[in-house]
Amino acid sequence: MSGKEVFYQGNEACAEGALYAGCRFFGGYPITPSTEVAEFLSRRLPKVGGAFIQMEDEIAAMASIIGASLVGKKSLTATSGPGMSLKLENIGFACITEVPCVIVNVMRGGPSTGLPTGPGQSDVMQAKWGTHGDHPAIALAPASVQEIFDETVRAFNISERLRTPVILLTDEIIGHMREKIVIPEEGELEIWDRPRPECPPEEYLPYDISKGIVPPMADFGSGYRYHVTGLNHDASGFPTNKPSLVQPEEERLMAKVTENLDILEKYEHFTKDGAKIGVVAYGSSARSTKAAIQQAQEEGIPVDFVRPITLWPYPVKPTIEMGEKVDYIVVPEMNLGQMIDEVQRCIEGRAKVVGVNRVDGDPITPENILEKIREVA
Amino acid sequence: MSIAKALKEETIVSENSEKDGRKITITPRYCKGCEICVKLCPESVLEIKDFKIHVARIDDCTACMLCELRCPDFAIEVDGKAKKGKSS
Amino acid sequence: MAFNYDEYMRPGKLPHIWCPGCAHGIVMKSIIRAIDRVGLEKDRTVIVSGIGCASRMPGYVDFNTLHTTHGRSLPFATGVKMADPSLNVICVAGDGDALAIGGNHFIHSCRRNIDITMIVFNNNVYGMTGGQFSPTTPHGKLASTTPYGNPDYAFDVVELSMGAGATYVSRGTVYHAVPLERQIADGITHKGLSVIDALCTCPTTYGRRNKLGSATDMIMWFKDNTVGIKAAEKLSPEEMEGKILTGVFRKDIKPEYCEEYQKIIEMAQGA
Repeated sequence: MSGKEVFYQGNEACAEGALYAGCRFFGGYPITPSTEVAEFLSRRLPKVGGAFIQMEDEIAAMASIIGASLVGKKSLTATSGPGMSLKLENIGFACITEVPCVIVNVMRGGPSTGLPTGPGQSDVMQAKWGTHGDHPAIALAPASVQEIFDETVRAFNISERLRTPVILLTDEIIGHMREKIVIPEEGELEIWDRPRPECPPEEYLPYDISKGIVPPMADFGSGYRYHVTGLNHDASGFPTNKPSLVQPEEERLMAKVTENLDILEKYEHFTKDGAKIGVVAYGSSARSTKAAIQQAQEEGIPVDFVRPITLWPYPVKPTIEMGEKVDYIVVPEMNLGQMIDEVQRCIEGRAKVVGVNRVDGDPITPENILEKIREVA
Repeated sequence: MSIAKALKEETIVSENSEKDGRKITITPRYCKGCEICVKLCPESVLEIKDFKIHVARIDDCTACMLCELRCPDFAIEVDGKAKKGKSS
Repeated sequence: MAFNYDEYMRPGKLPHIWCPGCAHGIVMKSIIRAIDRVGLEKDRTVIVSGIGCASRMPGYVDFNTLHTTHGRSLPFATGVKMADPSLNVICVAGDGDALAIGGNHFIHSCRRNIDITMIVFNNNVYGMTGGQFSPTTPHGKLASTTPYGNPDYAFDVVELSMGAGATYVSRGTVYHAVPLERQIADGITHKGLSVIDALCTCPTTYGRRNKLGSATDMIMWFKDNTVGIKAAEKLSPEEMEGKILTGVFRKDIKPEYCEEYQKIIEMAQGA
């Protein structure tokens, strides 16, 4: 891959990826360990004619990016656990109003103030269920600094294509570590934009699904005047509580995910001959997993590995495949057991599932995972 | 063209007997019977009947347009040139 | 007609949801006339609201309209304005929305002096949810959550706005609908954060609970109990007892946020 080689911190790579994807608005608030994303963009966005604002709180930051997106700007916010909890209401607003935006959660130890400078992976269920109501949930979990760059670009693309918020889950380890990455040349990576209307303004319906389940989205100020509300609404954008309109609307929002698995699903699935043990791991825990599996191989224990990169929607297929092959699935997470429930749910008892769980602020080490592998071998 | 006319809402138009252009148009569907216009009309032109406003004394109307200004519901419109009234 | 609202109304939305006698319709009409007076282009005007009775206003009018979450009209509007500073951005919200849950955004938007016009439909109550007390419910008044009388004291929206740094601050009433219209027009034209404290009424919850009479009585109360700033200068403290001041309290020219940010863009691109 051609491009510029740089030695970047994960948070910087995220900000750089956002700019590459066309992000021209950032609304944020300082919170460890995500603040570098904001600081980087405060320097770079005005250089490209974009806008950066540090708002008065996390809720305002989330609101501001939705407002900017409605005017046609690709927009980003970045935070950690406590800020994510504050943003949830407005994330739901973006879901039901179908406004593209990307929310980065650099996960830290939780709950509450928790461990501001320690890594965690305990916000993964929050990424799916956090905001109230039924809503489409899309979350990506990169595991390296390069992958943070790539997945940020992908997050924007998905968000624009499907007109829905996308959460990027990193953590304090990969957010703060430095690795060499390559920033691709302009045009090397595909950039997707939201569908915009082709009809004349008088005929425009902001939630018109006659051409597909993602309606074309007009920019505020471009001549298409319409109403946006967080109330359940009809195709014209106006509130409705008619059962015959509300049910299909809600189902359509969820269908954006279920009918687009081809562009959403992304994972790695490594298999070894004769493996009777498998590991499912994501984010920084996946890094330790790779080392553990290598070591296990040397000890004569072949281990399969599924690494979800898109965490939500969860990669069901490779997990079931693994469940059909192995006797034990090990799920290392820097939480007390969250994605493990999803693994259990998928495989429906085909294999036994055990967790490796740390919430002490230190990363799960390859040795932690290896111990469990040896135990179940 | 007024909202009522644009949407072809049913309206009740009262013209004064001098036919000098002074008239009041009421859109009953919009009227909620709040009586703000009735009570604030300086000439007591309007009255409430069956929770809707009616024009009782069109010839007293001076086209001050205060009823139109203060109707929260777009239910009343006044046309015509203002003139001095009995109360002034 | 004194004014033809037809051009600015979305067809088929009337009658609106506000109660009989609710004065919100009078404020809405004043806003429309103000927009017309200033000559704003509909395509380039965005009206943002929060949640509550006042916040239902944008749905009725033919602009780019955004009905957001409770208390958050100003930060959404800030994103809109910063994304395209050439848009005309107006926020409408009730007293509870703007000053309780929205309080933080209110004071920071004032401080930031971003070019947004904030019209507070101030009827001293949370109307839509059945009449709970709000930050502008006077001490001792009854509400559904202050059945023994309000132990709290009220914000003075004008003082709060000025203290927080808003550069155009005014107060009008639905009785004085034409001066209100002029203040809104002034606020829209003003480059900076404008706050118009629009005193209006909730006869259904606040009025009935506190035995304030009919919808019309509540509007007439403004006539008898408010005094313009200039007129007040000639009155004695005894005469001013219990009276509310109306008029334009501040009209300052100070650097506006988007203009300041534009300087940053130029600096960043020049360096």
